[in-house]
Amino acid sequence: MQSTLSLSFSPSSSAAAVSRSPTTRFSLNTPTPLNLRFCGLRPQALAFTASGNRRSSQLPSRPRSQAVSAALSANGSPPKSFDYDLLIIGAGVGGHGAALHAVEKGLKTAIVEGDVVGGTCVNRGCVPSKALLAVAGRMRELQNDHHLKSLGLQVSAAGYDRQGVADHAINLASKIRNNLTNSMKALGVDILTGVGTILGPQKVQIGSSDKIVTAKDIIIATGSVPFVPKGIEVDGKTVITSDHALKLEFVPDWIAIVGSGYIGLEFSDVYTALGSEVTFVEALDQLMPGFDPEIGKLAQRVLINPRNIDYHTGVFASKITPARDGKPVTIELIDAKTKEPKDTLEVDAALIATGRAPFTQGLGLENIDVVTQRGFVPVDERMRVIDAKGKLVPNLYCIGDANGKMMLAHAASAQGISVVEQVTGRDHVLNHLSVPAACFTHPEISMVGLTEPQAREKGEKEGFEVSVAKTSFKANTKALAENEGEGLAKLIYRPDNGEILGVHIFGLHAADLIHEASNAIALGTRIQDIKLAVHAHPTLSEVLDELFKSAKVKAQASIPVSEPVPV
Amino acid sequence: MASSPSPFNSNTSTLSFSSSISSSSLFPCRRTFILPIPRRRSTSFTVQSKIREIFMPALSSTMTEGKIVSWIKSEGDTLSKGESVVVVESDKADMDVETFYDGILAAIVVPDGETAPVGAPIALLAETEEEVAEAKAKAANSSQSQSSAPPPQPANPAPAISQPSPPPPPPPSSAAVSDGPKKIVATPQAKKLAKQHKVDLASLAGTGSFGRITPADVEAAAGIAPSKSSPAPAAPAPAPASSAPPKAAAAGAVAPPPIPGSSVVAFTTMQSAVSKNMMESLSVPTFRVGYPVITDALDAFYEKVKPKGVTMTAILAKAAAVALVQHPVVNASCKDGKNFAYNSNINIAVAAALNGGLITPVLQDADKLDLYLLSQKWKELLNKARAKQLQPNEYNSGTFTLSNLGMFGVDRFDAILPPGQGAIMAVGASKPTVEADASGFFKVKNKMLVNVTADHRIIYGADLAAFLQTFSKIIENPDSLTL
Repeated sequence: MQSTLSLSFSPSSSAAAVSRSPTTRFSLNTPTPLNLRFCGLRPQALAFTASGNRRSSQLPSRPRSQAVSAALSANGSPPKSFDYDLLIIGAGVGGHGAALHAVEKGLKTAIVEGDVVGGTCVNRGCVPSKALLAVAGRMRELQNDHHLKSLGLQVSAAGYDRQGVADHAINLASKIRNNLTNSMKALGVDILTGVGTILGPQKVQIGSSDKIVTAKDIIIATGSVPFVPKGIEVDGKTVITSDHALKLEFVPDWIAIVGSGYIGLEFSDVYTALGSEVTFVEALDQLMPGFDPEIGKLAQRVLINPRNIDYHTGVFASKITPARDGKPVTIELIDAKTKEPKDTLEVDAALIATGRAPFTQGLGLENIDVVTQRGFVPVDERMRVIDAKGKLVPNLYCIGDANGKMMLAHAASAQGISVVEQVTGRDHVLNHLSVPAACFTHPEISMVGLTEPQAREKGEKEGFEVSVAKTSFKANTKALAENEGEGLAKLIYRPDNGEILGVHIFGLHAADLIHEASNAIALGTRIQDIKLAVHAHPTLSEVLDELFKSAKVKAQASIPVSEPVPV
Repeated sequence: MASSPSPFNSNTSTLSFSSSISSSSLFPCRRTFILPIPRRRSTSFTVQSKIREIFMPALSSTMTEGKIVSWIKSEGDTLSKGESVVVVESDKADMDVETFYDGILAAIVVPDGETAPVGAPIALLAETEEEVAEAKAKAANSSQSQSSAPPPQPANPAPAISQPSPPPPPPPSSAAVSDGPKKIVATPQAKKLAKQHKVDLASLAGTGSFGRITPADVEAAAGIAPSKSSPAPAAPAPAPASSAPPKAAAAGAVAPPPIPGSSVVAFTTMQSAVSKNMMESLSVPTFRVGYPVITDALDAFYEKVKPKGVTMTAILAKAAAVALVQHPVVNASCKDGKNFAYNSNINIAVAAALNGGLITPVLQDADKLDLYLLSQKWKELLNKARAKQLQPNEYNSGTFTLSNLGMFGVDRFDAILPPGQGAIMAVGASKPTVEADASGFFKVKNKMLVNVTADHRIIYGADLAAFLQTFSKIIENPDSLTL
């Protein structure tokens, strides 16, 4: 169970973790006369269900219909005609990203959703958790007299209304969900409601009805659900997962959080800001596994030690019983290695944040001879599904949490875009080391690429030198203006050729700062070149500017001299 | 804006100055700290073997325990004064800790990766080879007692004697886990407070739900005012202890109940700084010497130079500075309790009341500038202070402070020594006083009382008396000030 935690670089992943909230993008795409669209198939979205002839109902709203046919013929699709060029099972952030890109590429696209549009991220993950964390951040500011005073501010006792906070999270989720739905409708993506089951190659059944659709290519994007280890009884009231916690139905005086990855860490930030005391239960020997050790250590000093938090490491929660009959929640702890009983905790609530398990049930994988591995759909580096015999299943792809490569919403979206690139004739392999990740505590943590130990191991194996550069937020004017000088940015790189291997940031707005580094990795930009780029002063981005400048690279800048431009 | 040169391209390591708010660095950078190795009590009687215990140092004011990151030296290594011995991780940072005794690292009591409370022995230092074995035996004993029952109270030596601050804490709640036969349920914050205030959780009866020990229980046991009410949503304020609760527990100061109708106004930054400085001053042993100064000549002199823009403040500052030239010890300070720090400049800080605040603009090199320049300088400083534009070196570089309440008619008063300085002079009003001279004639003379508070670690009574005598002579012959 908890072994899944340690598995990958971003184990406990997406629920709370994913950084790119799709808000802006969707709202920008939202067209004005939404209600006039005829394409929606969701009864709850529109007062009537579009019947039979889907194609004709779409035509008026689809400016690209010609492009579609052009693409169809250009693709040299087999004589057999398909209902769609691309069918995506699962309308989470991954499926949505793929659908938007598919439309842009001229594919006739449908998306199947058995639950609610938006998936985990929008409904039960990153999005509502950002609402709670926004509240937590403000509460922290208002409660930090010392900090306020140093800015010359005086605020009397800050308080909060639980239901008001909960409503903010719910409203945000529904707003983003509508934006997401509308953006797909506006582009002419068909939303098919029901559980999608693969019946055979290029054939999917929607719901329990006998509605069967065919598509040239199919993407599985069914995502994940909270993982609950055995022995733990989730009652949704006092023993909860992130799904329940995000509704914030109560704020316990004392809550145990099982798992100290992204999800656990973010919830500890929320709960302590709202006045709870927190006890972490972590199976590994240290908190925050998966983070660069140096960043983890610093984060512990800032995010754990000074707060109302204690922790037990190297222990499993072998049995958790919800509060009942006037007794508190009890948590039995056993040693992670010896399995001997260690302790019993009595708390008011327990949040299970031990990671996420792929949701692939009912997908009909057996019909195409695909066997999941610990629930994950096996794929190659191009997200092509691999069957039980180790062969690629033609025209079938799997992206996002369901393949377990990198359980982050934006990674799923990037994988989906990569698949669309491939099916439209351009080979593409996503560099997962260029996918950033962020944890939205106060202050935030963000990272891209390798950690220092990973980089050193790789360097040893491949015979290159690894160097580390660091800068502090204490040197940054903007951070000091905010009185938020706590923070560190760390660059792991190759001094011989200037390649960026990893960047880790802990500090104010770290999640927004990481992208300069992740873009550089994605585009192959070297330090000797990016260090010549200009940053506005005074901004937090100068933390990275200084970071790149402090690296000692032997190679010379490779960008050609540009033509002088009159200013 | 964009064209302004960015002032921070230097290395991180040099940038610690920029953190003006939190004095404690949160970065895992290493700083150096000197190991406190207390004098053994026995050495003062008979010189037996010299085995010193190396204690877990208190690296920050909030540190209750430290983790040994790594021993730089290993058992058997010869140490010389000033060498780094061990890297200790506190709640704030990793620091290299060095010794200031020569010797042989005989035994490491707390190995790498383990944690010890502040003040607990972490290693033994022997002076000679012969004592190494003895030290090892001792270490074996103490580690035994530590493993059976962790109380770090060292058996034989009495470290508390020479140790000013951290007495060994009570039986530990070793890790974050409360263990032991009797089940103690205490909330995370309660455990933290218990550790901080040295409250034994086993001795408490919990009043929280399910009988658990709450932070309030611990605070009650420690005799301090509850720092917060339990944070109920919608209720006033959940105030998690992002800042440590008041530490004045020792004084047993139970805050009196507020008088009805009273209001609480938070300190401004300046007031906080004053408060902090005043509290710090309590750690310095001070004494006071008063001196009457006849001011008839001064008053006449002042009348003469006043039209030229000279102020009384400038005259007094100049007089003090000239006197300090002859008595450098009064211009010195004691930073660490071990050394005289003689200042090469004579910078006279002058206390000035600002609306709701107090600041001490500094007349730098007051002995070298002439009276007119000093007066001009003082006016500039006052204007800047009112506009809150004083640069740090214009208010914190003082080596001696002058405080004058004479203009209010105060005849004498007593000043508190500001941290980092050796002495402060409190000047009262000059008043006509009947004086009898040696021949028995009465005269009416203007007399002003000055009272100097000084740090007795470096400035003794005779020093101050001699300084005041010089000062008095200068005031009685003020014409020399224009030279």
